[in-house]
Amino acid sequence: MRGEKPKLVSEDGVRHDGRRLDELRPTRMEVGILSNASGSAYVEFGKTRVIAAVYGPREPPQRYMVLPHRAVLRCRYHMAPFSTDERKNPAPSRREIEISKVIREALEPVVMSEAFPRTSIDIFIEVISADGGTRTAALNAASLALADAGIPMRDLVAAVAVGKVNGYLVLDIDQVEDNYSEADMPVAMAPSLNMVTLLQLNGVLTPRDFSQAMNLALKGINEIYKLQKETLRNKYLVRVE
Amino acid sequence: MSAQAEQKVERVLVAPGDKLAEGDYRILTPTTAYKVGNSYYSLVVGLLELNTQEKSLKVIPLKGSYYPRVGDVVVGIVSDVGLTSWELDIRAPFPGVLYAVDYLGRAINPSKENLKDFLDVGDVVVGKIEVFDRTRNPVISTKGKEFGKVVNGALAEINPVKVPRLIGKKGSMQSLIESETNCKLVIGNNGRILILCEDKQYEDIVVRAIRKIELEAHISGLTDRVREFILVEKVKRGLVGNERREA
Repeated sequence: MRGEKPKLVSEDGVRHDGRRLDELRPTRMEVGILSNASGSAYVEFGKTRVIAAVYGPREPPQRYMVLPHRAVLRCRYHMAPFSTDERKNPAPSRREIEISKVIREALEPVVMSEAFPRTSIDIFIEVISADGGTRTAALNAASLALADAGIPMRDLVAAVAVGKVNGYLVLDIDQVEDNYSEADMPVAMAPSLNMVTLLQLNGVLTPRDFSQAMNLALKGINEIYKLQKETLRNKYLVRVE
Repeated sequence: MSAQAEQKVERVLVAPGDKLAEGDYRILTPTTAYKVGNSYYSLVVGLLELNTQEKSLKVIPLKGSYYPRVGDVVVGIVSDVGLTSWELDIRAPFPGVLYAVDYLGRAINPSKENLKDFLDVGDVVVGKIEVFDRTRNPVISTKGKEFGKVVNGALAEINPVKVPRLIGKKGSMQSLIESETNCKLVIGNNGRILILCEDKQYEDIVVRAIRKIELEAHISGLTDRVREFILVEKVKRGLVGNERREA
């Protein structure tokens, strides 16, 4: 994959798909798309499309899971077999299990799970089309679905990935950029609380790159956060008219 | 003051993480708002009622699940029959427990009597939550003349956070529906409503009115709209003549 590197960013800072360095992909969000779930959301970042569903608080399926002082958060991130170029085996892979875990841990600090002891809150995330940045899209969708379910949350979680491509730091990297990138750094934050809940880094960044990348991520996160809130409000505003 | 009384308290749509106010306020709804440092934030998608004079704030949630509280009236459906107790589905994360001693008012001998003969799976019971804390499942009591097994009527369900809307201020909405349709409503805090009507057509109207309340709970002027709605539905069904319409 790393044979000859294609030129993905031109000298004047335009990326292979025409975006600027600090530009998000076209983004669309919707809540309340599934009638059988307590809360649900659809999030689209360019060609990355994700559906999240939240059930609960409800009785945990197994007795051993219950915690006496708070709700257990269960999270499943799954990629549909048709979401990638080559068919993906629907069985949960090592990667998916890990992403499920990091998403759960990114949400745990904001969900008021201590309000529902001995229950479980279940989050199901299905990637229906993958084009890079699925874990951040999944996290955005999961946080929206939790809020849509009416589960008390200290804040929404917004996430975006920053990458280093051809020596440039770029916001919201897609699959092609990721494949030839020097670094890929997904970041999730609860902006009102000024709290980072997920930070991963794949590749190499200098300390200076890193702080620049964090600032870039912050910019993207604030944009996404605004959009998330707008989406939640719109659900109810539409009905007024 | 008169202008404020007219306008009531202003309502603003908020989302989780929205800053509600700064300074010293009293939180009237501790499950939907919280304080960090000097600032107040919302925990849910809801309507903020900020009272700057009384220094209090309130966030009315727009969606949520039912979490039992002692003293709640609940409409439960029997989901399991045990030897000395029943399990009720009360739309909560926990099953409600109804003891045979409480329901029958006497001790029973499991070797001689079968609880299935009194209440079977699927039966509807109206009760009150007697005991509930974080360590045990809610215990339901049916003591009282308004509680017990339900033998007739219709059931409707709404989101539990909309129940206060359906009851209205001092029961205004409930009494409006009851007086306009001649039906009786038993509203469970868990969002299950038992509708007791003489006439099937009125029952339909009540169900539709409840749906309307659930959908439009966050828009002001609800009582007037529901009154109009019931009247229109009655006219549609030919239950009232033109003389009522003009009045």
